Amino acid sequence: MSVIGKYFIFLRTLFGKGEKMSVYWRRLMEECVGIGVSSIFLVAIVSTFIGAVSCIQTAYNLVSPIIPISTVALIVRDMEILELAPTITCIVLAGKVGSNIASELGTMRITEQIDALEVMGINSSSYLVLPKVVAAMLTFPMLVIFSAFLGILGGYLAGTLTGVITERDYLYGIRDSFVPYNIFFMCVKPFVFGFLIATISSFKGFFTEGGALEVGRSSTEAVTNSCISILIADYLLAQLLL
Amino acid sequence: MIEVNNIAKAFNGKEVLKGITASFTKGETNLIIGGSGTGKSVLLKCMIGLVRPDQGNVLYNGRDFYNCDKETQQSIRREMGVLFQGGALFDSKTVEENVRFPLDMLTDQTIQEKQERVAFCLQRVGLEAAAKRMPSEISGGMKKRVGIARAIVMNPMYLFCDEPNSGLDPLTSVKIDELIKEITEEYQITTIIITHDMNSVMEIGQNIMFLYQGSKLWEGVNSDIIKTDVPELKEFLFSNKLLREMER
Repeated sequence: MSVIGKYFIFLRTLFGKGEKMSVYWRRLMEECVGIGVSSIFLVAIVSTFIGAVSCIQTAYNLVSPIIPISTVALIVRDMEILELAPTITCIVLAGKVGSNIASELGTMRITEQIDALEVMGINSSSYLVLPKVVAAMLTFPMLVIFSAFLGILGGYLAGTLTGVITERDYLYGIRDSFVPYNIFFMCVKPFVFGFLIATISSFKGFFTEGGALEVGRSSTEAVTNSCISILIADYLLAQLLL
Repeated sequence: MIEVNNIAKAFNGKEVLKGITASFTKGETNLIIGGSGTGKSVLLKCMIGLVRPDQGNVLYNGRDFYNCDKETQQSIRREMGVLFQGGALFDSKTVEENVRFPLDMLTDQTIQEKQERVAFCLQRVGLEAAAKRMPSEISGGMKKRVGIARAIVMNPMYLFCDEPNSGLDPLTSVKIDELIKEITEEYQITTIIITHDMNSVMEIGQNIMFLYQGSKLWEGVNSDIIKTDVPELKEFLFSNKLLREMER
């Protein structure tokens, strides 16, 4: 419980007296590149293959003559939009971004760089962490939209190239019974997950004590705690918004 | 001038500082010496506000650091320059950006003014040629000098150095010591150096305070330290075989 209390106190310090807006803007742009742009390749690879595998496995399970083959594309689409793109992508990002944030801040802590900021009278948590949190909340939804697109494209490529579904059936399936609200739901998830990953990882890194071993431990804890929080938040969001 | 009054600090019930009282003079190099684990760095952290003491106060020219409003505390912080043990340079910034950082964050100077000030500070520590290099590309001694340049860039009134010679060869240590002493006298800064380097004690120790197990055991100037009859200080001073033989 004390850790959770400390986490909320830490969150409050992020919004304490900060620095000049120009400083935050520059930091935000740096973090958007570090968190968002640098994750594009990983997200692209993971999403395309998950989409492809989803299509092949769904087709393998749908062998009934009374179910039209276009249902495969419909299932791939809904799986991508509702779960795979937002949740799996964010779990992958928790590994990449979360460990990066925790190890960066942990190293800054043990090498006294955070102390140096505090001695200068700079709100170190606000200066270092707030741009990361905002950048994650901005870029994660974009990455998830990109992921969903590539996942559906991956399903199309795998389905049509292996002959399990025709191009016509796939295009019909992904447009069939489409619920636009699901897109909104897909975008809310990474917004929340981005906040959780960035704040939990920053919290773990910011309060690292010791040396290299503890930085590694903080990094591992950041990833595991972020993943657990994503799964809990995923359930709560589904319960609340669907 | 900096005064510390009755500073005490304990961690998990273990007393690390036991009522330290001292004053540190302007324009002189004030050394805090002692073995490892005697509370030197904790005392420094209490003085610069990184660790809040359990009791006592720290006065900066009469202003009580822990019992003043936030604005005063902030202005005192901006009068401090701190050289950390490992330099504490920001890895993602070049040497020049590291030195310019306090100016970017805390002042409204123009780019031209900042560049001039950074160039002056780097030239003062003899590192103008390394301005564009990353901290990972420079040696330990250079990192310390960049740390000094960053510490003086805001024209501080108080300079704190935490073991400026640690990890350096004897020749580089002497150069760093000389640089700190020159800067202290040139800008009339109140400088406090944490060290257990005997060369520093003998070369630049104008006022010396010896800490032992969290208590102040001796205070004086470097010319008197050799003649001390405090057993703990004698043991500390003559732990080196060469010095032991010289004493005999």
